[in-house]
Amino acid sequence: MAGDIILRTQKLTREFKGFVAVEDVDLSIRRGTIHALIGPNGAGKTTCFNLLTKFLAPTRGQIFYKDRDITAAQPAAVARMGLVRSFQISAVFPHLTALENVRVALQRERGESFDFWRSRRVLAQWNDRAAALLDEVGLTEFAQTPAVNMPYGRKRALEIATTLALEPEMMLLDEPMAGMGHEDIDRVAALIKKIAAQRTILMVEHNLSVVANLSDRITVLTRGRILAEGDYATVSSDPRVQQAYMGSGH
Amino acid sequence: MSAAAPAAAAQAAIAAPDAARDFRIAFAIMTALLIAAPFVVYPVFLMQALCFALFACAFNLLIGYVGLLSFGHAMFMGFAGYIAAHLAKVGSIDFTLPLIGVGPHWRFGPLPPLVAIAAGVVCSALLGLLVGALAIRRQGIYFAMITLALAQMVYFFCLQAPFTHGEDGIQSVPRGKLLGIDLSVDLSMYFFVLAIFLTGFLLIYRIIHSPFGEVLKAIRENEARAVSLGYSVDRYKLAAFVLSAALSGLAGATKSLAMQNASLTDVHWSMSGEVVLMTLIGGLGTIFGPVVGAFVIIAMLQYLSPFGQWVTIMQGVIFVVCVLAFRRGVIGELAAVWRKSL
Repeated sequence: MAGDIILRTQKLTREFKGFVAVEDVDLSIRRGTIHALIGPNGAGKTTCFNLLTKFLAPTRGQIFYKDRDITAAQPAAVARMGLVRSFQISAVFPHLTALENVRVALQRERGESFDFWRSRRVLAQWNDRAAALLDEVGLTEFAQTPAVNMPYGRKRALEIATTLALEPEMMLLDEPMAGMGHEDIDRVAALIKKIAAQRTILMVEHNLSVVANLSDRITVLTRGRILAEGDYATVSSDPRVQQAYMGSGH
Repeated sequence: MSAAAPAAAAQAAIAAPDAARDFRIAFAIMTALLIAAPFVVYPVFLMQALCFALFACAFNLLIGYVGLLSFGHAMFMGFAGYIAAHLAKVGSIDFTLPLIGVGPHWRFGPLPPLVAIAAGVVCSALLGLLVGALAIRRQGIYFAMITLALAQMVYFFCLQAPFTHGEDGIQSVPRGKLLGIDLSVDLSMYFFVLAIFLTGFLLIYRIIHSPFGEVLKAIRENEARAVSLGYSVDRYKLAAFVLSAALSGLAGATKSLAMQNASLTDVHWSMSGEVVLMTLIGGLGTIFGPVVGAFVIIAMLQYLSPFGQWVTIMQGVIFVVCVLAFRRGVIGELAAVWRKSL
């Protein structure tokens, strides 16, 4: 079933001056699934995530995306291959409007163009698609609002719309629900389910309950190592997982 | 998809020409003022102010729209000034090695003003490519320090190289002729400088409002996010750096012809500080701000010169007041009041 695995890591390890944040992690993420990476604070989730998106270089180990070794690839190059990440703190372009935010991503279709002599009017060709993407995440009314003025939950939605604009084969979401109220969580959860229809999603989450109904498969990380893996029922009933969460005060 | 989506797109299409109209009005007012100005104010002063205004606009392109604070921009202005002055006055390229006294050299005599200026621009762009390639590897204060260090090296080079005449500088540079018009007449030279300024200014406006400029703004707003969208951020930064260096060179080369001299003042680090001040007072990240800032600073230097050393203190006070009371600068504050982007 090797063809079914879109992203795979082999003995992925990252050390910070003697401290091992991620150790010998073997992950296999199957195409078309929602895979959650969870764990208590300090478990190495975000480090692991940054390794996968190349924002950090691993100390040891390898990463394969669609059977290609991307261990030494540049972050921007990985993004161009269709592996696109989001950020824990909302990553929008604050002083651009919602529509412009999405358009910056759509503009990538032109390749890496340096045509400074051309008018930005050429960007108008993406207005309709940007508007459609905003509509898809329920942000139509915010199209002309600078991102900085949008409520927190809406910024997360904008971030997803921007990521979707690249039509990534695989999306990596770093705590998409962090700091959200209940109604926002439900909205974003529904959104993630919707966009997962055509693509693979790996999300990092702190809370097990949030990912319960959402993920097909869950990997639990503690102290940089994989503790357990399986569907929600298997993982949540695992005494070691309960211990890990209890131990850190949850 | 709901019917509201196309409506939003239509709204966006309307919003853009609105800002463009504001720009056209402001640009027309500025141009009219600058055409009328030499009949009221001393043209040589105006030429100097225009060159600094273009320099500040080029600097602002980098700090205001890419978020890069270069603290060595005087090297581009000053170096291009030397190149243009030397080519317009002497007209030689000499790579004769010191001590052994051999090496390639060419003498072709004084060059026409446009060619001399173009050569200055090319040299500053190449210098920008070299400096930029080194500096953009670091961020924030480290970026600023690397540009400062390299600028000091350029300063030392300009102090030592024979063609710059060290402390004396290059004096009585001929302005030459353009299409048969004698540029030694101040008023003719003024309109030549004005044409160069307006061209440079419009080019900067175009860069900011190009698809390329849109990516630059995204990098300024959130660099990590721009990377995650697949943009090779470093290449965009380098391109912007070279453009800014070339335009600073255009300002410097034009200035050395207009003022008829090239001196160490223009490559000195204090000039790099001066341009930060101009941009801040006018309004960082505004299109017209650096022009206003440059005129304010140059006017101060000119009309407060009887106070001698005190001008530095006055500048310092203005800077502090600006940062404390109106951080967005003159144009930035006006734009906020009128709710327009200027």
